Amino acid sequence: MTTSVNDPLLSVLLDPGDTASWTGQEWTLAFRQARFSGLAGRLADRLLADPLAPKSACPGALQSHLEAALRVCKAQQAEVLRETKFLDQALASLGAPVVLLKGAAYAAAKLPAARGRVFSDVDILVPKQALAKAESLLTLHGWMTTEESEYNQRYYRRWMHELPPMRHLQRGTVLDVHHTILPETARLRPDAAKLIAAAVPLAGTRVLHVLAPVDMVLHSLTHLFMNDDMTHALRDLSDLDLLLRAPQGQDCTWDRLLPRARELNLERPLFYALRHLRRVMKLPVAERLVTASAADGPGPALGRAMDWIWSQALSAPIPPKSHVARDLALAALYVRGHWLRMPPLMLIQHLAIKALGLHKNKQGTAKSAARDEAANF
Amino acid sequence: MTLRLSELSLSQTRARLSSAPGLRLRMGPFVAAVQTPLPDVASSIHLLYSGYPLVEEDGFVDFSVSIRRPAGLRRYWNPQVTFGLDGQEPFNPLPGDQGFPLLEWGLNWCVYGMCNQYLILHGAVLERNGRALILPAPSGSGKSTLCAALLFHGWRLLSDELTLICPKTGELVPNPRPVSLKNASIEVISRLEPGIRFGSRIEETTKGTVAHFAAPASALALAHQPALPGWVVLPKYRAGSSTLLQPIEKARSLMHLAENAFNYDIFGREGFEMLADLVDRSDCFTFEYSNLTEAIDLFSRLADGAAAGVAT
Repeated sequence: MTTSVNDPLLSVLLDPGDTASWTGQEWTLAFRQARFSGLAGRLADRLLADPLAPKSACPGALQSHLEAALRVCKAQQAEVLRETKFLDQALASLGAPVVLLKGAAYAAAKLPAARGRVFSDVDILVPKQALAKAESLLTLHGWMTTEESEYNQRYYRRWMHELPPMRHLQRGTVLDVHHTILPETARLRPDAAKLIAAAVPLAGTRVLHVLAPVDMVLHSLTHLFMNDDMTHALRDLSDLDLLLRAPQGQDCTWDRLLPRARELNLERPLFYALRHLRRVMKLPVAERLVTASAADGPGPALGRAMDWIWSQALSAPIPPKSHVARDLALAALYVRGHWLRMPPLMLIQHLAIKALGLHKNKQGTAKSAARDEAANF
Repeated sequence: MTLRLSELSLSQTRARLSSAPGLRLRMGPFVAAVQTPLPDVASSIHLLYSGYPLVEEDGFVDFSVSIRRPAGLRRYWNPQVTFGLDGQEPFNPLPGDQGFPLLEWGLNWCVYGMCNQYLILHGAVLERNGRALILPAPSGSGKSTLCAALLFHGWRLLSDELTLICPKTGELVPNPRPVSLKNASIEVISRLEPGIRFGSRIEETTKGTVAHFAAPASALALAHQPALPGWVVLPKYRAGSSTLLQPIEKARSLMHLAENAFNYDIFGREGFEMLADLVDRSDCFTFEYSNLTEAIDLFSRLADGAAAGVAT
């Protein structure tokens, strides 16, 4: 199966109007890439819902799938917004700001980055000194810590930047409570207090805030370029792209991006973000910013290696091409993500424990559950 | 004139299955591209998908799926099979002789997991005189056996597993696939319809012994034609019971349908309104039986409009 279009998914996302000559084959590939990358909703929004996007020649059968994807996004967005209301109620007496992060923030602030997005967990950031009280209030209102393994509990609480995930007993929704945006053991140390101090209150709520526009961008790119789990890297890049293209606050965001990144010790992830947003999403970035940020990049050898790794991780494979190179890159990023989060000795110990399965309680895996459910007719 | 899979030879089928873009077939509202290098799976496909139209032209494909041996040394000793979709393997592998059931379960999963353009219920659906008979029920209720019997006695098969409801029209959308039967049902239906050609019997699956027979050609010929709501019947096989059809309140029927819907939460309020519309336009019953012949006869009378005289 061959196609003359280099990367159908990116082509149609960047320019929906340039699809007049597409056959069913290109559309099929674009949709397969989208499903693989978690971008079906984003593709649907671009082709069906976005009033600013040029019209495309999308076939009817694909249109049904895209409508289905939008239906899922809409249902999930409604659920996330409901959760934020419950959170506002539960944490009303916290006495500290509660900052919504990532998808929940985009939805609550009605940003373009919320469009066509799937939502799962809600992430919030609270000051470290309010963490214990936050956990109590949440428990009182029906959230329960999910992590049963002793090792994982310690891992989260002592070393990471968040509580173990909490699940609401009745609603089944999942909440991640952070006290900073990177672990305290990490090599980069952005100051959470500065982020919280600059956070913007959310109208119509008692305690909820969202990050200031420039901080929201920096958080998004830090989360993407410092993470260990890259399965949704392209989707996160798409979110970041939409944040930066958003008209609201755009001028001041661009001007403040580099100074704020340096203030928060996030210059290296910013460098990667600008580089790959230009390359993949064709985001226009001012030359002076590119030049200034270049000083924060890695050396030439590491730079070449990282370029290859990111080009693999930030792509949606086109079937039937093999995934071996991409899997290698993701494995490298997995180790890197942990390397960035913890000192070497701790890293070795952690990876060994994970590899040997010593951290687990004896439970089935998600894949067994999915198979048993599918066969259960 | 559309070419159907039955018009290819087995070796032609195997050739298409062995290489990209795979064997492309229209299955109800969907086009599936299937790839597998495994000869036994290819034989089952050739037999049980024989009535599906081939999709030759370069059209849109809804699902690109595969059945392969998982990578690794295990393939040389007690080999397994794994289901692939878009370069991912969403399930753990199964024993090597379960390739065709795995393909069927995988395709079902694609539909109920991802096709949220329809409200999807777990249940069989058949059509007669333009009206749909929905048998919403989980495994073990006897719905598959009942469905298999009915489709040879005047009812058109829309699906034996997944009821698809269109949000725009409220119609039931056909999705006819091979009918799967388990354990004792296989013998029961074989005795009832001696002419049926089953695929291989697969032993020791998580559900016991499983066998499939192809959807009737008449069902496939009309796979583009939806049905209007007709009857909602909650079936229950109980050994030794008499044949009993009893009306139930529509509200109770609606709750039962919601409980058997895969994506009710995604449809939200729209889903409630769709099911309310469906039960409004349907006659709703519970049904208990042990004798298939009596059951077939009762449903024929139901279809002929003598509903009032049929219910006890």
